[in-house]
Amino acid sequence: MSINWKEYQSQGLFDELVLPSGRARKSAAPLCRYLSKLSDEELQERRAASELAIKSMGITFTVYSEEEGGSIDRMWPFDIVPRIIEKKEWDQIQTGLIQRVKALNMFIDDIYHEQRIVKDGILPVELMKDSKNFRPQCVGINPPHGVWAHICGSDLVRDAEGVVYVLEDNLRVPSGVSYMLENRHVMKRIFPEMFENYNIQPVNEYTSHLYETLAALSPRDISEPEIAVLTPGIYNSAYFEHAYLAQQIGAELVEGCDLMVDSDDCVYMKTVEGLTRVDVIYRRIDDEFLDPEVFNPDSMLGIPGIMRAWKKGNVALANAPGAGVADDKVIYAFVPKMIEYYLNEKALLPNVPTYVCHYKEDRDYVLDNIEKLVVKPANESGGYGMLIGPHAKKEEREKFKRLIQRDPRNYIAQPMLTLSTAPTLVDNHVEARHLDLRPFILSAKKTFVTTGGLTRVALKKGSIIVNSSQGGGSKDTWIVDMGA
Amino acid sequence: MLSRVAERIYWMGRYLERAENSARLVNVNSHLLLDLPKGVTLGWWPLIEISGSQDLFNEHYEEASEKLVVKFLIADAKNHGSLSNSIFYARENARTIRDIIPSEAWEKINDLFDFVKESLPGSMARKKRFAFLQDVTSRIQQITGLLAGTMLHNVGYDFLRLGRNLERAEMTTRIVDVRSESIITAETEDLAPFEQFQWVSVLHSMSAYLAYRQEVHGIIKSDNVLRFLMQNPYFPRSFARCVNETKISLLNLPNNEKLVELADTMLKKINKLSFKTADDPLDLLIDKLQIELSELNKSITKVYFSLERTQKTKKQKELPEEV
Repeated sequence: MSINWKEYQSQGLFDELVLPSGRARKSAAPLCRYLSKLSDEELQERRAASELAIKSMGITFTVYSEEEGGSIDRMWPFDIVPRIIEKKEWDQIQTGLIQRVKALNMFIDDIYHEQRIVKDGILPVELMKDSKNFRPQCVGINPPHGVWAHICGSDLVRDAEGVVYVLEDNLRVPSGVSYMLENRHVMKRIFPEMFENYNIQPVNEYTSHLYETLAALSPRDISEPEIAVLTPGIYNSAYFEHAYLAQQIGAELVEGCDLMVDSDDCVYMKTVEGLTRVDVIYRRIDDEFLDPEVFNPDSMLGIPGIMRAWKKGNVALANAPGAGVADDKVIYAFVPKMIEYYLNEKALLPNVPTYVCHYKEDRDYVLDNIEKLVVKPANESGGYGMLIGPHAKKEEREKFKRLIQRDPRNYIAQPMLTLSTAPTLVDNHVEARHLDLRPFILSAKKTFVTTGGLTRVALKKGSIIVNSSQGGGSKDTWIVDMGA
Repeated sequence: MLSRVAERIYWMGRYLERAENSARLVNVNSHLLLDLPKGVTLGWWPLIEISGSQDLFNEHYEEASEKLVVKFLIADAKNHGSLSNSIFYARENARTIRDIIPSEAWEKINDLFDFVKESLPGSMARKKRFAFLQDVTSRIQQITGLLAGTMLHNVGYDFLRLGRNLERAEMTTRIVDVRSESIITAETEDLAPFEQFQWVSVLHSMSAYLAYRQEVHGIIKSDNVLRFLMQNPYFPRSFARCVNETKISLLNLPNNEKLVELADTMLKKINKLSFKTADDPLDLLIDKLQIELSELNKSITKVYFSLERTQKTKKQKELPEEV
C-alpha cells in the first residue's frame, strides 16, 4: 500500500497541490508521483526521520500547563508533505506585500505626525483615537528611515476560487520565521532527492537580511553595531525562536534585567567585562512591557528609561513602539484605502471583506447574519477571543452579539472563508487539511520578502484554526520555478 | 558574556557539585556505621553539622535518626541544600542557558532531574539507597565530563569551574571541621584501629582514599590526613587545589586583580600550616577560611554578576555630602 491519489478529496475547495479533477497541479506533479511510489514503510520512515530531526534540532515551542507542572516544551508538529506555490504566482504576491507594507509604514509615520489621513477624511478620527495600540508617547518621533514596522508578518489565505487575500498584518512581534527556516532543514534531510529534481527557491537568506535590516537602524555609524534580541525569557512560547534568531544573526540574547539605561540616556548591556553599549534592540516583548516608566509600571520584563533612550535616538527598537496601531483589525479594514491614499496605487493583494461594527450599517448586518460570519476582537492575536459563527452554539452567538453591542469599536466580522487545503499525511494516506501562509517582510533601507513563508496547517479535520497553541502544525513551503 | 548568563553557569556548577557531595556523604556514612565497634555510636548528626543546617533540622525533626537525616539531606523540599533541591536548581539554571551549554548536557541534566524525581520515593531504604546515590554521582560526573569535552572553554567555562571549585573548597572545610572534632581518639589500645578507621572514612567521603595512599605513605593518622585534605596540590578536592583552580579561572577573567589577591592570600595562609600539634586551633582556622571563601564569593558576585549603574554612582559622589 502507498498513497493513492485517486482517493484524495478536497471537497470542492481549492487545493494547493491537486486539481478538482483529481490530477496534480503542474508544479506538484513530480512530488505527487514521487510520494505515491513510496511504500507505507518508506513513508513512515520519512515521517519518523522528520520527527527525529525536529527532536535532535531541538525545535520546540513552549506551552504552559498547570497539570504538567509549569511550562513544557512541545515538539513542533510538522507535516512532511510540502506546500507548493509556483514562482510566477509568488512574484505577484511578493510585489503586493511590498506595496502593502510600504503603505502601512507610511500610515504609522503619518499617525504619529500630522495625521493627514485623518484630516483628509479617509480614516475617521474616533477609530484612530480608540485604537488600543495607538501610543500617544510615540507622537513626533522619527525612527530611522521613517520605518516603524521593520519586521512584518502578514497572514495570507486562499478562498475556494483560488484568490489570495491578506487576512491580517502582524506589526508588533510576529513570530514563526524560525520554523520556516527549520522546516526547510528538516525537508532537506528527509527528501534530498526532491531538492535535486525540483527548482526549489532557497529560504535561508532571511537571517542575513534580518541582520542587515537591524544593523541599518544603528544610531552609531560603526561597522559592527551591537545588536541584542530582547526576550521575555524561557517561559515565552516563542523562546526557541528568540534564541535561534539571536544565534543566527550573532546577536546577544538578552532579558530586560540584562539591560539598563544610564544617565547618558544610552542603553547598556551588563556583561562580565562591564557595561557595553547596545545600538539596536530586536525586541520580542510587547510595547506595554517595554518600559515601566512609561507603560505598565509593574512590568518585570522591561527596561526603565528605554523609551527615553529611543526618543533621543540613542537606541533603535525594532519594531518601533507604537507600530501596533496598524495591527488593529479595524485599521486593517482601511489598508486598501491607505494604499490608494499614500501610494496612489490600487492594492495588489485584496483584503478579506470586513464589516466594521463601529458603523451602524455594518453592525446591523453582523448582528443579523452572525451565523454566517467570523467575528474577531480588534486586538487579539493567536486566534483567541473569536467566534466562528457557522460552528458556534446558539449561546455563544448570543454572547458575541451582546459583546458587539456593548463595545462595537472592538469588533469586526468577516465572511467565513473556505480556506484552501493541501494533502497532509494522516497515518498512511493523505487527507485535505486547511492552511494559511505567513510571509515575513523586512523594511529598513531596503525591503525584503521571505521566499514563501511559514505555512501553517490545521491538523484537525475540518478545522480552520492553524495556531500552534491550538492544534496547528506546519509544512515546508516550496516556491518552485517551473520555467515559462 | 552577559552577567546573567555567567551567574547562571556559576550556580549550575555549584549546585551540581553540591548534589554530588550530598550523595557521597550519605553513602559513606552508611558504610562507616556498619563497621563501628559495638557501643560506639557516631550517628547521623555530624552530617547535619557538615551541611550547616542544624537549626533548620531541629525546627522540623525531633531526633537525628538515620531515616530522618537521610530524608533531610536527600529528599527534603524544605532543605534548600538537599540533593533533590540542588538538582532542581542546577536544572533551573541550566534551563535558562540552554543556548550556551551543549544540548546533550542540558538533556543529561534534565534526565538526571527526571531520574531523581522518579526514583526518590523508592530509594530511601538502605538497600536501594546505595545504588541510587551512586547512580546520581556517576550521572553528575558524566555531565561534568560532557561539559569538559563539548562546551566552549571560554569565560563561561571559567565560571562553571569557579562555581564547582568554590563549592568543593567549602565542602572540604566543612567535612574537616566536623569530622576532626567528632573523631573518637584512641585512648585505649583496643580503640586505636578505630581512630584510623574513622580517618579512612573521612578520606572515603571525599573519594580521597586511593589518592591519599599514593601521595602519603605509612599509617593513616590525623595530621597526615589533614595536610592531605587541606594542602595537597594535586588532589582535586583538597582545599588548596580548589582555591588554586579558582585562581586559575579568575586569571582568565577581566577585572580580576582584587579577586586573584584574595585567592592568593588564602593559599599562602593554608600552606603555612603544619597540622602537627594542637597549637593551631583547627576550628578557628576553618572558620576564618570559610569567611574568606564567602568573601570571595561575594566579590565575584559584585564584580561580575550584579553590575551597578557606574555613572550614577559617580554622579552621586559629585553631590555635596550631607552631614
